[in-house]
Amino acid sequence: MRWEEEGMKQNAFIMGNKLMGSNPHAFSLIMPSIPITHTQTPYVTGTSVLGIKYKDGVLIAADTAGSYGSTTRYKSVERLRPIGQNTLVGATGEMSDFQTILQILDRLIITNAMFDDDNTLGPPDIHSYLNRVMYNQRNKLDPFWNTLMLGGVKNGVKYLGNVTMLGLHYVDDHVATGFGIHLAQPIFRNEWNEDMTLEQGTKLLEKCMLVLFYRDRSAINKMQIANITEDGVKISEPYALQTKWDYEAFSNPTVGNEGSW
Amino acid sequence: MSTIGTGYDLSVTTFSPDGRVFQIEYATKAVDNSGTVIGVRCKDGVVLGVEKLISSKMLLEGSNRRIHAINRHAGMALAGLAADGRQIVTRARTEAANYLSFYGEDVPIKELSNRVAHYSHLCTLYWWLRPFGSSSIIGGYDMDGPQLYTIDPSGVAYRYYGAAIGKGRQAAKTEIEKLRLAQMTCREGVMAVAKIIYGVHDEAKDKSFELEMSWVCDESNREHQRIPTDLLMEAKAMARDAQEDDLDAF
Repeated sequence: MRWEEEGMKQNAFIMGNKLMGSNPHAFSLIMPSIPITHTQTPYVTGTSVLGIKYKDGVLIAADTAGSYGSTTRYKSVERLRPIGQNTLVGATGEMSDFQTILQILDRLIITNAMFDDDNTLGPPDIHSYLNRVMYNQRNKLDPFWNTLMLGGVKNGVKYLGNVTMLGLHYVDDHVATGFGIHLAQPIFRNEWNEDMTLEQGTKLLEKCMLVLFYRDRSAINKMQIANITEDGVKISEPYALQTKWDYEAFSNPTVGNEGSW
Repeated sequence: MSTIGTGYDLSVTTFSPDGRVFQIEYATKAVDNSGTVIGVRCKDGVVLGVEKLISSKMLLEGSNRRIHAINRHAGMALAGLAADGRQIVTRARTEAANYLSFYGEDVPIKELSNRVAHYSHLCTLYWWLRPFGSSSIIGGYDMDGPQLYTIDPSGVAYRYYGAAIGKGRQAAKTEIEKLRLAQMTCREGVMAVAKIIYGVHDEAKDKSFELEMSWVCDESNREHQRIPTDLLMEAKAMARDAQEDDLDAF
């Protein structure tokens, strides 16, 4: 019975506390039939991140929304962050986990800088490190609930890839996370080419961000685009796209099919 | 002043009749026998310089670093026993990382120096430990501006405008006192430090040395870094010329 389970869990908690203090997993250790659980659901989430390589580097775009379930709770969340001199990380999913990941990456960068040996970490290094972090958390059954996008240019080599919360990682010429996988990637496949200029790349990303704003309920019309070249990382100020709502079909949506709506 | 404390110098937990702890004084001697280390606080930052005595021609240039970054905004230059110094650096780095992770901001230089001093002092309280045989000069830039601290083996931290430890500290201090530090920029400070170190180096006693310098200043974006190579070359050349001019003056 459900209430019996709850009662048993409460008793287990009280007995566990008496036996082993406030370790939340203590009772699970002495009575293995009660499983160890960690947070399984995200709370404040960011939606899609889109990334493409272009002639001089990498372009990555994301909106600035932090949703709390179905409500758009935070509208100025910076989901794109520079890491070191050559890399940018963008995150989909639980924003608090992203903040923790940023702290972990900051520690990585500082520790590397203190070696003082003229070696800096580039995008492939950070990609590999993030993969290890995500995979190890997943193996503890306590994942960082994020899909991370990573892009950058170092020594003339352009790099763009993803790491998921399961620790799956891959690189490609154009990548997306979240809804972008379903709505933006098909557009990339049709319209991306290797020698796009900055203007063409920006137009392509803006087109896909517009589609996402129209169709993804957690997206808002306030986005940032990051441009990573050999010279470094530049993240734009948040801006809005031009939207079109004056389609004829919207003026009288039920023409030809009048009903209660 | 008698510096031999027969009978009262076997343990760091023993006072002598005139109130001294000889073990700490002996530890300080280890520092006084090592190469000179200088720090100056200019108006826009801190410059650290080390006279790295080269014990063998086989040593690779640039190895055996004596100046270490503690966090992004602070650096530490060491004199005395190198291995003891390495331990202090590790501890300082841990303290800085803990402060950042706990309080969410970079450790203030005063707090960092206090913690390093506390750690050095710790090793003067127990008979099963020995004091660290190294002093450190911490240079950093925080919200209160650029700051310079020295920590010695007894575990005291003092804040300075200009500091020198090691072999040539007396001569170096005299030279530093002549500088108008409050009006100098770090670029000028780099030239001055190079000149002083070349000046106090004793050609007769010690064969050769390598000059190692670093700074934390507005120009380096308040980050601790080695002096840019071209500026270092310029400083070394100027210092060498200044030495030759002094010799020619005779």
